Amino acid sequence: MKFLCVECDKVMDFAERQIPGDGTLAAVFTCGSCDREIAMLTNPMETQLISSLGVKIGGREVPAQPMELARTSLEGGRDDAFVLSEDIPLASGESALASGDPVTPGEGVSAGEAAPVRIVWTSEATGRLERVPSFVRGMVKRIYTDWAREKGVSEITPENMDRARTELGLEGM
Amino acid sequence: MRKIRTYKDVTHGTGSGLLEQVVDQQHRLAERLALVRSVVAVASGKGGVGKSAITANLAAALAGRGLAVGAVDADLNGPSLARMLGVSGGRLADRASGVEPAESPSGVRVMSMEFLQQEEDAPLRWREPEMGRFIWQSTLETGVLREFLGDVEWGELDVLLVDVPPGTDKIARLLELVPELDQMLMVTTPSETSRFVVSKSVRMAREAAVGTVALVSNMVGHTCPKCGHVSELFTGDGAKRLEEESGVPVWAEIPFDPRFGAAADSGTPLVITDPDAPSCRAILELADRVEEHVAIRGEDAVERVGS
Repeated sequence: MKFLCVECDKVMDFAERQIPGDGTLAAVFTCGSCDREIAMLTNPMETQLISSLGVKIGGREVPAQPMELARTSLEGGRDDAFVLSEDIPLASGESALASGDPVTPGEGVSAGEAAPVRIVWTSEATGRLERVPSFVRGMVKRIYTDWAREKGVSEITPENMDRARTELGLEGM
Repeated sequence: MRKIRTYKDVTHGTGSGLLEQVVDQQHRLAERLALVRSVVAVASGKGGVGKSAITANLAAALAGRGLAVGAVDADLNGPSLARMLGVSGGRLADRASGVEPAESPSGVRVMSMEFLQQEEDAPLRWREPEMGRFIWQSTLETGVLREFLGDVEWGELDVLLVDVPPGTDKIARLLELVPELDQMLMVTTPSETSRFVVSKSVRMAREAAVGTVALVSNMVGHTCPKCGHVSELFTGDGAKRLEEESGVPVWAEIPFDPRFGAAADSGTPLVITDPDAPSCRAILELADRVEEHVAIRGEDAVERVGS
Protein backbone atom coordinates (compact mmCIF):
# COMPACT_ATOMS: atom_id res chain seq x y z
CA MET A 1 0.00 0.00 0.00
CA LYS A 2 1.44 3.35 -1.03
CA PHE A 3 -0.01 6.81 -1.21
CA LEU A 4 1.10 9.07 -3.99
CA CYS A 5 0.76 12.84 -3.84
CA VAL A 6 -0.53 13.27 -7.34
CA GLU A 7 0.32 16.95 -7.52
CA CYS A 8 3.96 16.45 -6.52
CA ASP A 9 4.25 12.90 -7.91
CA LYS A 10 5.90 11.92 -4.62
CA VAL A 11 5.21 8.93 -2.42
CA MET A 12 3.75 10.05 0.87
CA ASP A 13 5.53 8.96 4.03
CA PHE A 14 3.94 7.34 7.04
CA ALA A 15 3.75 9.85 9.90
CA GLU A 16 1.44 8.70 12.64
CA ARG A 17 -0.91 5.94 13.69
CA GLN A 18 -3.87 6.23 16.03
CA ILE A 19 -6.07 3.43 17.31
CA PRO A 20 -9.10 4.83 19.09
CA GLY A 21 -10.13 1.46 20.52
CA ASP A 22 -13.31 0.87 18.55
CA GLY A 23 -11.68 -1.43 16.05
CA THR A 24 -10.91 1.37 13.62
CA LEU A 25 -7.52 2.81 12.78
CA ALA A 26 -6.19 6.09 11.49
CA ALA A 27 -2.84 6.29 9.73
CA VAL A 28 -1.50 9.66 8.65
CA PHE A 29 0.76 10.03 5.65
CA THR A 30 2.50 13.22 4.56
CA CYS A 31 3.99 14.44 1.34
CA GLY A 32 7.62 15.37 1.90
CA SER A 33 7.45 17.84 -0.93
CA CYS A 34 4.32 19.93 -0.25
CA ASP A 35 3.64 18.85 3.38
CA ARG A 36 0.12 17.79 2.50
CA GLU A 37 -1.29 15.29 4.98
CA ILE A 38 -3.88 12.63 4.47
CA ALA A 39 -5.38 10.22 6.96
CA MET A 40 -6.22 6.69 5.97
CA LEU A 41 -9.19 5.53 8.03
CA THR A 42 -9.95 1.85 8.18
CA ASN A 43 -13.13 0.18 9.41
CA PRO A 44 -12.93 -2.73 11.89
CA MET A 45 -12.85 -5.32 9.12
CA GLU A 46 -10.04 -3.59 7.30
CA THR A 47 -8.13 -3.12 10.56
CA GLN A 48 -8.54 -6.81 11.35
CA LEU A 49 -7.29 -7.76 7.93
CA ILE A 50 -3.96 -6.10 8.72
CA SER A 51 -3.66 -7.24 12.33
CA SER A 52 -4.42 -10.85 11.36
CA LEU A 53 -1.10 -10.84 9.59
CA GLY A 54 0.67 -9.97 12.83
CA VAL A 55 1.97 -6.70 11.40
CA LYS A 56 1.49 -3.04 12.27
CA ILE A 57 0.96 -0.15 9.90
CA GLY A 58 3.80 2.25 10.39
CA GLY A 59 6.15 -0.47 11.53
CA ARG A 60 7.03 -1.72 14.97
CA GLU A 61 8.41 0.34 17.78
CA VAL A 62 8.63 -2.82 19.88
CA PRO A 63 10.10 -6.03 18.52
CA ALA A 64 7.55 -8.77 17.92
CA GLN A 65 6.96 -10.65 21.16
CA PRO A 66 6.87 -14.44 21.30
CA MET A 67 3.38 -15.74 20.55
CA GLU A 68 2.14 -12.19 20.23
CA LEU A 69 -0.54 -12.94 17.66
CA ALA A 70 -1.91 -15.85 19.68
CA ARG A 71 -1.89 -13.85 22.91
CA THR A 72 -3.53 -10.78 21.50
CA SER A 73 -6.04 -12.56 19.25
CA LEU A 74 -7.20 -15.62 21.16
CA GLU A 75 -10.49 -15.31 22.99
CA GLY A 76 -10.61 -17.18 26.29
CA GLY A 77 -6.86 -17.47 26.82
CA ARG A 78 -5.82 -19.53 29.83
CA ASP A 79 -4.83 -17.36 32.77
CA ASP A 80 -1.86 -19.46 33.81
CA ALA A 81 -0.71 -20.58 30.37
CA PHE A 82 2.58 -18.74 30.63
CA VAL A 83 5.07 -18.88 33.45
CA LEU A 84 7.39 -15.95 33.27
CA SER A 85 11.05 -16.84 33.34
CA GLU A 86 13.62 -14.31 34.29
CA ASP A 87 15.48 -12.95 31.34
CA ILE A 88 16.77 -9.83 32.98
CA PRO A 89 19.07 -10.29 35.96
CA LEU A 90 18.70 -8.02 38.94
CA ALA A 91 21.58 -5.80 39.88
CA SER A 92 21.96 -7.84 43.01
CA GLY A 93 21.70 -11.06 41.06
CA GLU A 94 18.26 -11.89 42.40
CA SER A 95 15.58 -12.94 40.03
CA ALA A 96 12.47 -10.85 39.72
CA LEU A 97 10.15 -8.99 37.44
CA ALA A 98 9.83 -11.70 34.89
CA SER A 99 7.29 -13.64 36.86
CA GLY A 100 3.69 -13.44 35.83
CA ASP A 101 2.71 -12.83 39.42
CA PRO A 102 1.51 -9.38 40.36
CA VAL A 103 4.36 -6.97 40.78
CA THR A 104 4.73 -5.30 44.11
CA PRO A 105 6.21 -1.87 44.54
CA GLY A 106 9.90 -2.05 45.08
CA GLU A 107 10.29 -5.14 42.98
CA GLY A 108 12.66 -4.33 40.25
CA VAL A 109 14.91 -5.30 37.51
CA SER A 110 18.29 -4.08 36.69
CA ALA A 111 18.98 -2.58 33.41
CA GLY A 112 21.67 -1.20 31.21
CA GLU A 113 24.83 -3.06 30.54
CA ALA A 114 27.21 -0.43 31.81
CA ALA A 115 25.24 1.08 34.66
CA PRO A 116 22.33 -1.07 35.76
CA VAL A 117 19.25 0.89 36.67
CA ARG A 118 16.86 -0.52 39.23
CA ILE A 119 13.34 -0.18 37.92
CA VAL A 120 10.60 0.18 40.46
CA TRP A 121 6.90 -0.19 39.77
CA THR A 122 4.73 2.10 41.83
CA SER A 123 1.64 0.60 43.43
CA GLU A 124 -0.55 2.53 40.99
CA ALA A 125 1.38 1.14 38.02
CA THR A 126 1.24 -2.33 39.52
CA GLY A 127 -2.49 -2.01 39.95
CA ARG A 128 -2.85 -1.00 36.37
CA LEU A 129 -0.71 -3.89 35.22
CA GLU A 130 -2.88 -6.25 37.21
CA ARG A 131 -5.87 -5.16 35.18
CA VAL A 132 -4.17 -6.46 32.05
CA PRO A 133 -5.44 -9.99 31.32
CA SER A 134 -2.94 -12.42 32.78
CA PHE A 135 -2.72 -14.21 29.42
CA VAL A 136 -0.80 -11.23 28.03
CA ARG A 137 0.40 -9.58 31.26
CA GLY A 138 3.92 -10.99 31.12
CA MET A 139 4.41 -9.78 27.59
CA VAL A 140 3.10 -6.31 28.43
CA LYS A 141 5.25 -6.11 31.54
CA ARG A 142 8.36 -7.01 29.60
CA ILE A 143 7.60 -4.33 27.00
CA TYR A 144 7.24 -1.60 29.67
CA THR A 145 10.35 -2.77 31.47
CA ASP A 146 12.42 -2.79 28.29
CA TRP A 147 11.15 0.69 27.46
CA ALA A 148 12.07 1.98 30.92
CA ARG A 149 15.52 0.45 30.72
CA GLU A 150 16.12 1.94 27.31
CA LYS A 151 14.96 5.36 28.43
CA GLY A 152 16.79 5.25 31.73
CA VAL A 153 13.51 5.53 33.60
CA SER A 154 13.89 4.09 37.09
CA GLU A 155 10.28 4.25 38.19
CA ILE A 156 7.30 2.99 36.27
CA THR A 157 4.26 5.08 37.06
CA PRO A 158 0.89 5.27 35.28
CA GLU A 159 2.16 8.46 33.64
CA ASN A 160 5.22 6.66 32.35
CA MET A 161 3.05 3.82 31.15
CA ASP A 162 1.01 6.33 29.16
CA ARG A 163 4.20 7.80 27.76
CA ALA A 164 5.46 4.38 26.79
CA ARG A 165 2.15 3.52 25.20
CA THR A 166 2.27 6.61 23.05
CA GLU A 167 5.91 6.23 22.13
CA LEU A 168 5.68 2.53 21.43
CA GLY A 169 2.30 2.55 19.76
CA LEU A 170 0.89 0.17 22.36
CA GLU A 171 -2.69 1.10 21.82
CA GLY A 172 -4.89 -1.32 23.68
CA MET A 173 -2.21 -2.44 26.17
CA MET B 1 -5.93 11.87 -19.14
CA ARG B 2 -3.03 12.42 -16.78
CA LYS B 3 -0.70 9.52 -16.09
CA ILE B 4 -0.49 8.39 -12.50
CA ARG B 5 2.40 6.11 -11.66
CA THR B 6 1.47 2.55 -10.75
CA TYR B 7 2.44 0.80 -7.52
CA LYS B 8 5.33 -0.92 -9.23
CA ASP B 9 6.51 2.30 -10.83
CA VAL B 10 7.02 3.72 -7.37
CA THR B 11 10.04 2.09 -5.82
CA HIS B 12 10.21 4.36 -2.78
CA GLY B 13 8.61 2.83 0.33
CA THR B 14 6.15 4.64 2.55
CA GLY B 15 7.80 3.73 5.83
CA SER B 16 4.75 1.69 6.72
CA GLY B 17 6.89 -1.41 6.67
CA LEU B 18 4.23 -4.07 6.27
CA LEU B 19 6.12 -6.20 3.79
CA GLU B 20 9.32 -5.90 5.83
CA GLN B 21 7.47 -7.16 8.88
CA VAL B 22 6.18 -10.20 7.01
CA VAL B 23 9.68 -10.94 5.74
CA ASP B 24 10.96 -10.53 9.28
CA GLN B 25 8.46 -13.13 10.48
CA GLN B 26 9.73 -15.56 7.87
CA HIS B 27 13.32 -14.95 8.91
CA ARG B 28 12.54 -15.61 12.55
CA LEU B 29 10.86 -18.88 11.65
CA ALA B 30 13.74 -19.94 9.42
CA GLU B 31 16.27 -19.11 12.13
CA ARG B 32 14.41 -21.19 14.68
CA LEU B 33 14.04 -24.17 12.36
CA ALA B 34 17.70 -23.99 11.40
CA LEU B 35 18.35 -25.80 14.68
CA VAL B 36 16.05 -28.65 13.67
CA ARG B 37 17.61 -31.44 11.63
CA SER B 38 14.37 -32.70 10.19
CA VAL B 39 10.80 -31.41 10.12
CA VAL B 40 8.42 -34.32 9.63
CA ALA B 41 4.73 -33.75 8.94
CA VAL B 42 2.18 -36.39 9.80
CA ALA B 43 -0.69 -35.58 7.50
CA SER B 44 -3.42 -37.18 5.48
CA GLY B 45 -6.02 -34.81 4.17
CA LYS B 46 -8.56 -37.28 5.57
CA GLY B 47 -9.90 -37.11 9.10
CA GLY B 48 -10.23 -40.01 11.52
CA VAL B 49 -7.34 -42.07 10.20
CA GLY B 50 -5.28 -41.87 13.39
CA LYS B 51 -2.76 -39.16 12.62
CA SER B 52 -2.49 -37.84 16.16
CA ALA B 53 -2.17 -41.25 17.81
CA ILE B 54 0.52 -42.18 15.29
CA THR B 55 2.30 -38.86 15.86
CA ALA B 56 2.25 -39.38 19.64
CA ASN B 57 3.56 -42.92 19.41
CA LEU B 58 6.17 -42.05 16.80
CA ALA B 59 7.37 -39.10 18.89
CA ALA B 60 7.66 -41.28 21.99
CA ALA B 61 9.44 -44.01 20.01
CA LEU B 62 12.00 -41.59 18.58
CA ALA B 63 12.55 -39.88 21.93
CA GLY B 64 13.01 -43.32 23.50
CA ARG B 65 15.99 -43.85 21.20
CA GLY B 66 17.67 -40.78 22.55
CA LEU B 67 16.73 -38.40 19.77
CA ALA B 68 15.75 -34.84 20.63
CA VAL B 69 12.13 -34.70 19.54
CA GLY B 70 9.57 -31.92 19.37
CA ALA B 71 5.92 -32.20 18.41
CA VAL B 72 3.59 -29.45 17.24
CA ASP B 73 -0.13 -29.96 17.23
CA ALA B 74 -1.10 -28.00 14.14
CA ASP B 75 -4.75 -28.82 14.77
CA LEU B 76 -5.64 -25.58 16.50
CA ASN B 77 -9.36 -26.29 16.48
CA GLY B 78 -9.25 -29.82 17.84
CA PRO B 79 -5.96 -30.27 19.67
CA SER B 80 -5.29 -33.75 21.05
CA LEU B 81 -1.55 -34.34 20.88
CA ALA B 82 -0.69 -32.90 24.31
CA ARG B 83 -3.32 -35.14 25.90
CA MET B 84 -2.03 -38.20 24.08
CA LEU B 85 1.52 -37.47 25.19
CA GLY B 86 0.49 -37.00 28.82
CA VAL B 87 1.31 -33.31 29.04
CA SER B 88 -2.21 -31.94 29.08
CA GLY B 89 -2.45 -28.71 31.04
CA GLY B 90 1.25 -28.01 30.63
CA ARG B 91 2.47 -24.48 31.25
CA LEU B 92 4.86 -22.63 29.01
CA ALA B 93 7.89 -20.78 30.29
CA ASP B 94 7.82 -17.29 28.84
CA ARG B 95 11.09 -15.67 27.80
CA ALA B 96 11.89 -12.71 25.64
CA SER B 97 13.62 -15.05 23.21
CA GLY B 98 10.69 -17.42 22.96
CA VAL B 99 8.30 -19.69 24.76
CA GLU B 100 9.64 -22.93 26.17
CA PRO B 101 7.50 -25.89 25.22
CA ALA B 102 6.02 -28.30 27.70
CA GLU B 103 7.87 -31.58 28.01
CA SER B 104 6.07 -34.90 28.08
CA PRO B 105 7.05 -37.71 30.48
CA SER B 106 8.52 -39.49 27.44
CA GLY B 107 10.80 -36.51 26.79
CA VAL B 108 8.98 -34.98 23.83
CA ARG B 109 8.81 -31.16 23.68
CA VAL B 110 5.24 -30.28 22.87
CA MET B 111 3.34 -27.21 21.68
CA SER B 112 -0.42 -27.24 21.40
CA MET B 113 -3.35 -24.85 21.42
CA GLU B 114 -4.63 -26.86 24.36
CA PHE B 115 -2.06 -25.11 26.57
CA LEU B 116 -3.50 -21.70 25.70
CA GLN B 117 -7.21 -22.21 26.19
CA GLN B 118 -8.85 -21.56 29.53
CA GLU B 119 -11.88 -23.79 29.18
CA GLU B 120 -11.54 -27.38 28.13
CA ASP B 121 -14.73 -27.40 26.09
CA ALA B 122 -14.28 -23.95 24.54
CA PRO B 123 -14.22 -23.90 20.76
CA LEU B 124 -11.38 -21.91 19.26
CA ARG B 125 -12.46 -18.29 18.90
CA TRP B 126 -10.57 -15.18 17.98
CA ARG B 127 -11.08 -11.59 19.03
CA GLU B 128 -12.29 -10.16 15.77
CA PRO B 129 -15.19 -8.32 14.25
CA GLU B 130 -18.20 -10.65 14.05
CA MET B 131 -18.78 -9.90 10.41
CA GLY B 132 -16.64 -11.76 7.95
CA ARG B 133 -14.91 -14.07 10.41
CA PHE B 134 -14.19 -16.59 7.67
CA ILE B 135 -12.08 -13.98 5.90
CA TRP B 136 -9.31 -13.76 8.46
CA GLN B 137 -9.70 -17.08 10.26
CA SER B 138 -7.25 -18.78 7.97
CA THR B 139 -4.80 -15.86 8.18
CA LEU B 140 -4.94 -15.85 11.96
CA GLU B 141 -4.55 -19.60 12.26
CA THR B 142 -1.64 -19.64 9.85
CA GLY B 143 -0.03 -16.85 11.86
CA VAL B 144 -0.50 -18.72 15.11
CA LEU B 145 0.90 -21.91 13.59
CA ARG B 146 3.89 -19.84 12.49
CA GLU B 147 4.30 -18.79 16.11
CA PHE B 148 4.00 -22.41 17.30
CA LEU B 149 6.87 -23.28 15.00
CA GLY B 150 8.96 -20.16 15.21
CA ASP B 151 8.33 -18.56 18.61
CA VAL B 152 8.90 -21.72 20.62
CA GLU B 153 12.35 -22.37 21.98
CA TRP B 154 12.73 -25.85 20.59
CA GLY B 155 16.46 -25.79 20.94
CA GLU B 156 18.42 -28.27 18.86
CA LEU B 157 16.13 -31.03 17.68
CA ASP B 158 16.71 -34.14 15.64
CA VAL B 159 13.07 -34.31 14.64
CA LEU B 160 10.18 -31.89 14.84
CA LEU B 161 6.93 -33.72 14.17
CA VAL B 162 3.94 -31.70 13.01
CA ASP B 163 0.51 -33.25 13.44
CA VAL B 164 -1.43 -31.72 10.54
CA PRO B 165 -5.25 -31.56 10.74
CA PRO B 166 -7.48 -32.89 7.95
CA GLY B 167 -7.84 -30.99 4.69
CA THR B 168 -5.34 -30.39 1.91
CA ASP B 169 -5.58 -26.68 2.70
CA LYS B 170 -3.91 -27.40 6.06
CA ILE B 171 -1.07 -29.17 4.28
CA ALA B 172 -0.71 -26.19 1.95
CA ARG B 173 -0.61 -23.90 4.99
CA LEU B 174 2.27 -25.86 6.50
CA LEU B 175 4.14 -25.96 3.21
CA GLU B 176 3.81 -22.20 2.96
CA LEU B 177 5.45 -21.85 6.36
CA VAL B 178 8.00 -24.63 5.96
CA PRO B 179 8.70 -24.89 2.25
CA GLU B 180 11.66 -27.17 2.79
CA LEU B 181 9.78 -29.86 4.63
CA ASP B 182 11.94 -32.97 4.98
CA GLN B 183 9.43 -35.75 5.34
CA MET B 184 5.69 -36.06 5.03
CA LEU B 185 4.01 -39.20 6.30
CA MET B 186 0.60 -39.60 4.71
CA VAL B 187 -1.65 -41.59 6.98
CA THR B 188 -4.39 -43.56 5.28
CA THR B 189 -6.47 -46.68 5.85
CA PRO B 190 -7.09 -49.57 3.48
CA SER B 191 -10.45 -48.05 2.51
CA GLU B 192 -11.09 -46.84 -1.01
CA THR B 193 -12.54 -43.57 0.26
CA SER B 194 -9.41 -42.89 2.23
CA ARG B 195 -7.27 -43.62 -0.84
CA PHE B 196 -9.40 -41.20 -2.86
CA VAL B 197 -8.91 -38.37 -0.36
CA VAL B 198 -5.28 -39.03 0.53
CA SER B 199 -4.26 -39.19 -3.13
CA LYS B 200 -4.93 -35.43 -3.34
CA SER B 201 -2.59 -34.78 -0.46
CA VAL B 202 0.08 -37.03 -1.92
CA ARG B 203 -0.08 -35.08 -5.15
CA MET B 204 0.19 -31.81 -3.30
CA ALA B 205 3.23 -32.99 -1.34
CA ARG B 206 4.96 -34.25 -4.46
CA GLU B 207 4.28 -31.07 -6.38
CA ALA B 208 5.72 -29.13 -3.48
CA ALA B 209 8.87 -31.26 -3.74
CA VAL B 210 8.76 -32.41 -0.13
CA GLY B 211 12.01 -34.25 0.56
CA THR B 212 10.46 -37.62 1.27
CA VAL B 213 6.80 -38.63 1.07
CA ALA B 214 5.69 -41.98 2.46
CA LEU B 215 2.41 -43.71 3.22
CA VAL B 216 1.38 -45.12 6.57
CA SER B 217 -1.52 -47.51 6.36
CA ASN B 218 -3.40 -47.55 9.64
CA MET B 219 -6.07 -49.87 11.00
CA VAL B 220 -4.91 -52.70 8.76
CA GLY B 221 -6.88 -55.66 10.11
CA HIS B 222 -7.59 -56.62 13.68
CA THR B 223 -6.07 -59.64 15.35
CA CYS B 224 -8.27 -61.27 17.94
CA PRO B 225 -6.19 -61.40 21.13
CA LYS B 226 -7.78 -64.71 22.13
CA CYS B 227 -7.78 -66.84 18.98
CA GLY B 228 -5.40 -64.92 16.73
CA HIS B 229 -7.91 -64.65 13.91
CA VAL B 230 -7.30 -61.64 11.70
CA SER B 231 -10.38 -59.79 10.54
CA GLU B 232 -10.33 -56.94 8.08
CA LEU B 233 -11.85 -53.65 9.19
CA PHE B 234 -12.03 -52.21 5.71
CA THR B 235 -12.64 -53.77 2.36
CA GLY B 236 -10.21 -52.66 -0.26
CA ASP B 237 -6.50 -52.17 -0.48
CA GLY B 238 -6.32 -48.40 -0.69
CA ALA B 239 -2.79 -47.87 0.56
CA LYS B 240 -1.32 -50.49 -1.78
CA ARG B 241 -3.24 -49.05 -4.71
CA LEU B 242 -2.05 -45.57 -3.83
CA GLU B 243 1.52 -46.84 -3.63
CA GLU B 244 1.24 -48.37 -7.10
CA GLU B 245 -0.42 -45.34 -8.63
CA SER B 246 1.78 -42.67 -7.09
CA GLY B 247 5.04 -44.46 -6.55
CA VAL B 248 5.01 -43.26 -2.94
CA PRO B 249 6.13 -46.16 -0.73
CA VAL B 250 4.20 -47.63 2.17
CA TRP B 251 6.51 -47.36 5.17
CA ALA B 252 4.26 -48.96 7.73
CA GLU B 253 1.10 -51.02 8.06
CA ILE B 254 -0.31 -50.62 11.51
CA PRO B 255 -2.86 -53.19 12.66
CA PHE B 256 -5.86 -52.00 14.59
CA ASP B 257 -5.48 -52.38 18.32
CA PRO B 258 -8.07 -50.92 20.69
CA ARG B 259 -5.35 -50.49 23.29
CA PHE B 260 -3.60 -48.05 20.96
CA GLY B 261 -6.43 -45.55 21.34
CA ALA B 262 -6.98 -46.33 25.00
CA ALA B 263 -3.31 -45.69 25.76
CA ALA B 264 -3.47 -42.41 23.88
CA ASP B 265 -6.48 -41.43 25.96
CA SER B 266 -4.56 -42.19 29.13
CA GLY B 267 -1.63 -40.01 28.04
CA THR B 268 0.91 -42.80 27.77
CA PRO B 269 1.54 -43.95 24.22
CA LEU B 270 1.26 -47.71 23.86
CA VAL B 271 4.71 -47.88 22.31
CA ILE B 272 6.08 -47.12 25.78
CA THR B 273 4.03 -49.63 27.75
CA ASP B 274 3.83 -52.47 25.24
CA PRO B 275 6.43 -52.05 22.51
CA ASP B 276 5.98 -55.70 21.48
CA ALA B 277 2.34 -55.25 20.51
CA PRO B 278 1.94 -55.71 16.73
CA SER B 279 0.77 -52.10 16.33
CA CYS B 280 3.80 -50.86 18.25
CA ARG B 281 6.22 -53.02 16.30
CA ALA B 282 4.85 -51.31 13.17
CA ILE B 283 5.38 -47.91 14.83
CA LEU B 284 8.95 -48.84 15.73
CA GLU B 285 9.61 -49.89 12.14
CA LEU B 286 8.18 -46.57 11.03
CA ALA B 287 10.51 -44.85 13.49
CA ASP B 288 13.40 -46.76 11.87
CA ARG B 289 12.50 -45.33 8.49
CA VAL B 290 12.06 -41.81 9.79
CA GLU B 291 15.35 -41.98 11.67
CA GLU B 292 17.19 -43.33 8.61
CA HIS B 293 16.02 -40.34 6.61
CA VAL B 294 16.94 -37.92 9.37
CA ALA B 295 20.43 -39.38 9.27
CA ILE B 296 20.59 -39.08 5.49
CA ARG B 297 19.56 -35.46 5.68
CA GLY B 298 22.19 -34.85 8.33
CA GLU B 299 24.85 -36.25 6.02
CA ASP B 300 23.55 -34.11 3.17
CA ALA B 301 23.78 -31.08 5.38
CA VAL B 302 27.36 -31.94 6.33
CA GLU B 303 28.22 -32.34 2.64
CA ARG B 304 26.56 -29.05 1.80
CA VAL B 305 28.48 -27.28 4.51
CA GLY B 306 31.71 -28.97 3.42
CA SER B 307 31.29 -28.18 -0.27
